[in-house]
Amino acid sequence: MTTLQSNILEKHTPSGREEAWRFTPLKRLGGMHDGTATPVLRNSLMAKGELPAGVSLTRTTITAVTETDDAIVNRIREFTDQGTILEIASNTEVASPIFLGRATGALDTAEFARVLIKVGTHTKATVIIENTGDTHLAEDLEIAVGPGSNLTLISLQEWGAQTVHAGRHHAIVDRDATFKSIVVTVGGNLVRLLPTVDFIAPGASCDLSGVYFATAGQFFEHRMFVDHKVPNAKSRVNYKGALAGDKAHTVWIGDVFIRAAAEGTDTYELNRNLLLSDGARADSVPNLEIETGEIVGAGHASTTGRFDDEQLFYLMSRGINMEDARRLVVRGFFNEIVSEIGIDEIQNRIMTRIDNELAKAGK
Amino acid sequence: MSTLEIRGLKVSVETEQGAIEILKGVDLTIKSGETHAIMGPNGSGKSTLAYSIAGHPKYTITGGTVTLDGADVLEMTVDERAKAGLFLAMQYPVEVPGVSVSNFLRTAATALRGEAPKLREWVGEVKAAMETLKMDPSFAQRNVNEGFSGGEKKRHEIMQLELLKPKFAILDETDSGLDVDALRVVSEGVVRAKEANNHGILLITHYTRILKYIKPDFVHVFANGRIVEEGGPELADKLEANGYAEYVSA
Repeated sequence: MTTLQSNILEKHTPSGREEAWRFTPLKRLGGMHDGTATPVLRNSLMAKGELPAGVSLTRTTITAVTETDDAIVNRIREFTDQGTILEIASNTEVASPIFLGRATGALDTAEFARVLIKVGTHTKATVIIENTGDTHLAEDLEIAVGPGSNLTLISLQEWGAQTVHAGRHHAIVDRDATFKSIVVTVGGNLVRLLPTVDFIAPGASCDLSGVYFATAGQFFEHRMFVDHKVPNAKSRVNYKGALAGDKAHTVWIGDVFIRAAAEGTDTYELNRNLLLSDGARADSVPNLEIETGEIVGAGHASTTGRFDDEQLFYLMSRGINMEDARRLVVRGFFNEIVSEIGIDEIQNRIMTRIDNELAKAGK
Repeated sequence: MSTLEIRGLKVSVETEQGAIEILKGVDLTIKSGETHAIMGPNGSGKSTLAYSIAGHPKYTITGGTVTLDGADVLEMTVDERAKAGLFLAMQYPVEVPGVSVSNFLRTAATALRGEAPKLREWVGEVKAAMETLKMDPSFAQRNVNEGFSGGEKKRHEIMQLELLKPKFAILDETDSGLDVDALRVVSEGVVRAKEANNHGILLITHYTRILKYIKPDFVHVFANGRIVEEGGPELADKLEANGYAEYVSA
């Protein structure tokens, strides 16, 4: 068995045989991984509306906080040192969410984007990134959450059908800080996201949640890595996905590494998939490597199943037709995570999109 | 006045050893306002009768007919049977994660009534049904049957009976798993719903205790996939005294 240490992403041009790339259809990446894409600096991430007090968005030179072996991120960093910094000042409680977004770019070039979200100490904020339209995007997003701070990052992939999006969302979580990530991927041709977390001081915690719905021909990959290298950190991972239609393919990888120093670690990861038709494929690989026995808890679960006939029968026996019963069950399945977004307008939009995907798949 | 008519109903289930016939020719006629108790030992096929009428996909109809006011029930999908006026209160109601009771009830009422109930009146209806079944208002925000106690599940079934107003209610072992107080509350809900709607009741039970609250007009003894004896309420008293031994050994 490959260990998680050897499982980290390869630096060279991936061939597809590497653990980190073995599920990804490289040919559909638009050349982001092998140098054949035409990179452009677009800095397309914009603030929607006015930024609240204590929050700034600047285009500037960026210094990477962490090293990575991810081939695409390294190509981005070789290409440019320019990017976007969202800074949230210390000792600030930002009451309303900070809305950012990207829209349609281009399909014959690839936007190579660097973004840094810097959260000071003892600060609380929610950042929402709304990704829509058709584009090719290679994204290097680093998130530094300062001591005692609490950041929620919601990344919504509501892309058009032609988008290729490969991104690494890497959070560095400091002492007693909390990082919550909600990822929603319901659009795009190929989306490959790497929500990864480094705990750099004790008392840190993260909650990585996500939902995805892939229909015919779509490939959505979500590959977590939570690195417990300090004592008394806590991580939770909960991703739910649905698939419908021929060659719909999703991949969920949950890597959690508890190093020798990480005593008192508490971790649990869960992935559930709902296969709504034949011809779809859900890969789900939880992976836990533990170097110390002095932990609070470590567990994982992964399930992939079809509609529960008993649930549909129960709903239909109350007069609800098959289509509405399926919709209720799918909405219910996703509700646990979508409701955590906490903004009705977005929740309704995501649920309607999911309804539409389901209706499309039913035909 | 409506009539639910079951004639020569034969039902089998697929098993690894092949099809097994569970119902071997059931005849039963229920009219509006009538309460029929079906009593029998475990494994006699009582629940199969209930689920077959409701259209559960696990059961294959191999013979006979079921009609509601002349309409062929066996030709209908599960939701069409509910729309025709059938309601099954289940012995083991199913959990539906992430779907609130409130959303579920309103969706069902909308489907059965053909239009969404007016919000204000609907809220009042639900509140009244919950109060009479002694259910906490927070119940409406919980997910359907998720984490419900046995008693809560049965109250939730009978609350649906009150709100959805069927022509015929099939109550499958509604008394099972209830303590004395819950049995009384649930039974009173059944009686109240019947007084309001005058529906027919097919009450399936193993024990006679629920019959103290829900008085049957007819009692049918069910054994080995068919009705083996029929009578009035006095037949239940006989079963209370003698049990099912004579029917099982026969």
